[in-house]
Amino acid sequence: MNIMVFIKQVPDTETKIKIADDGKSIVEDGINWIVSPYDEFAIEEAVKTKENLGGEVTVVTMGPKRAESALRTALAMGCDKAIHLEDDAFEGADAYSTAKALAKVIEKHNPDLIFFGKQGVGNDNTQVGQLVAEMVGIGHIGTCIKLEIDGDTIRGEREIEGGRETVETKLPAIVTAQRGLNEPRYPNLRGIMKAKKKPLEKLTPADLGLSADEVGLAGAKTVYLSLELPPARQAGKKIEVEPEVAAKEIVEFLKNEAKVL
Amino acid sequence: MILVFADQRDGNLKKASKEAISEGKRLATSLSDSLGVVVLGSGAKGVVDEIKKYGADKVFVSETPDAYSPDLYAEGVAKIAKENDAKVVLFPGTSMCVDFAPRVSAKLEAGLVTDITATEVKDGKLVVKKPVYSGKAIATVDYKSDIAMATLRPNVFELAESNGAGEVVEFSVDGEAKAKAIKVELKEAGKVELTEASIIVSGGRGVKGPEYFQNELQQLADLLGAAVGASRAAVDAGWIDHSHQVGQTGKVVSPKVYMAFGISGAIQHLAGMGTSQYIIAVNKDPDAPIFNVASLGVVADLFKVVPALIEEIKKAK
Ligand SMILES: Cc1cc2nc3c(=O)[nH]c(=O)nc-3n(C[C@H](O)[C@H](O)[C@H](O)COP(=O)(O)OP(=O)(O)OC[C@H]3O[C@@H](n4cnc5c(N)ncnc54)[C@H](O)[C@@H]3O)c2cc1C
Ligand SMILES: Nc1ncnc2c1ncn2[C@@H]1O[C@H](COP(=O)(O)O)[C@@H](O)[C@H]1O
Repeated sequence: MNIMVFIKQVPDTETKIKIADDGKSIVEDGINWIVSPYDEFAIEEAVKTKENLGGEVTVVTMGPKRAESALRTALAMGCDKAIHLEDDAFEGADAYSTAKALAKVIEKHNPDLIFFGKQGVGNDNTQVGQLVAEMVGIGHIGTCIKLEIDGDTIRGEREIEGGRETVETKLPAIVTAQRGLNEPRYPNLRGIMKAKKKPLEKLTPADLGLSADEVGLAGAKTVYLSLELPPARQAGKKIEVEPEVAAKEIVEFLKNEAKVL
Repeated sequence: MILVFADQRDGNLKKASKEAISEGKRLATSLSDSLGVVVLGSGAKGVVDEIKKYGADKVFVSETPDAYSPDLYAEGVAKIAKENDAKVVLFPGTSMCVDFAPRVSAKLEAGLVTDITATEVKDGKLVVKKPVYSGKAIATVDYKSDIAMATLRPNVFELAESNGAGEVVEFSVDGEAKAKAIKVELKEAGKVELTEASIIVSGGRGVKGPEYFQNELQQLADLLGAAVGASRAAVDAGWIDHSHQVGQTGKVVSPKVYMAFGISGAIQHLAGMGTSQYIIAVNKDPDAPIFNVASLGVVADLFKVVPALIEEIKKAK
């Protein structure tokens, strides 16, 4: 099976966010960059599927030079080759113009099964996998927590309010990975050594048959006007009293402040 | 037209849908436009009257497709949006809408901003606000497309009933689904849904085991009509199902009251509940970071406070 997995490099969730002088982006100095946590589930599922059914896994990212290290992590986890969409023209992309470029990679390579994370943490769009599915014209299973492959039919369970639903579609198809799908493996030393020798191909918009104004900021449908720190939450009252008194205080609060009792 | 998608299953209109329709009405009023609501799937006709209460001028209703299909749902909404020259398309941020709204965005070549917490009209145009980087920053986002789309964080936008023309237009969504729901299992029927709850009773590692979730915290939640939430530490320990996890890799909730028992308040947890209106925290560590955001902080042993609280609420009722 020809499997493809799309990953995004994002700031570590512990990162202290500082707003840049332009007032609409973050200061990137000192940020520790990681593979978006949901993409780790996507990588794991791709590699597991290859181990079970045979085939090859190609990992793809669009991002600046630094994103190469995310690809190497995925290769160390067992992906076979990597594609890096790297070009100044890709900068400033939103979900839409990201999907536009990624869809072309799928059209060029015709994978059978394609994995995305459910969400690139940070900007938290939760969109790119579904957008790509629509642009390529194939089915998708979103926020999947359990996947079953049965010939060219796949079935995935996803969480819905108060329960679960099972969605079925035919290959080729896109699956977006949610926590619960699997336990991602840690790359071991052998994997890391092997990853260094695995092929990594670079692609520009032109290689994908796209013009510079269809990608990145130029091709985006949404733009950040500004980025602000949230209004600081005021810590309220803090008490250290006997449990019975504390219970009374909480009930008072629920009654008089929150007005929910 | 301002178009809002109403999420309903089997004739139950989600609260988040009513919030989205209410916000659609406010936008329609400030942009001097009309409000359309589109509702799909089996049970759709049953919610039309309820939709009208929130000021819809037109309700586009189709009992098709028979089961949820991301591609067919997208087709239905995109079709109505195109035919009615929609300028804005809003969705409640439910699991269904988050799944298929991006497909509508691709079909309409329109920008979509997910999980918004505020709207603003600037020079006659919509701009929206959305928390990013685990709620550590708020982005104001503008659209470069003719149509502006957004999914709304549940429990943030106020419900408001109002009047509208209420014309009903029936249509159907035909075609073969590429992907389709073949089974739905509602495990927690009757329980309050986490993302829609106005009160959440949440437990962390301090709760020390599954029994306390099942017994005391559940009892407290039932008394308050609340949903039960959990930190990742509690979920990872296997004490409660992941569907209850609040935070960066769990659910984003925005209740009126969030009660945290034995939760330290890590940044990834705050990412999921930082927009709650009131936060009540019980923690035995006076330096726990949760106290920095708590409207009411109680430094105490939760195992002593919870039983006393249950008694006190019973008395208050
Ligand atoms: C990429 C990533 C994603 C993450 N996503 C999430 C997420 O979605 N949600 C999430 O919650 N976390 C998430 N985390 C984990 C997060 O960093 C914390 O580890 C986690 O929230 C801690 O859970 P806790 O507060 O229950 O446990 P702890 O931090 O161990 O805190 C337990 C608290 O209980 C208190 N306590 C103990 N006994 C008692 C008692 N008897 N009475 C009162 N208080 C008591 C202690 O004082 C302590 O403050 C994520 C981490 C990473 C790296
Ligand atoms: N720049 C990118 N390169 C490759 N994949 C991406 C990129 N951005 C997003 N994705 C994929 O799309 C998923 C959803 O991202 P998002 O819609 O941005 O939250 C991620 O988990 C990745 O799998």
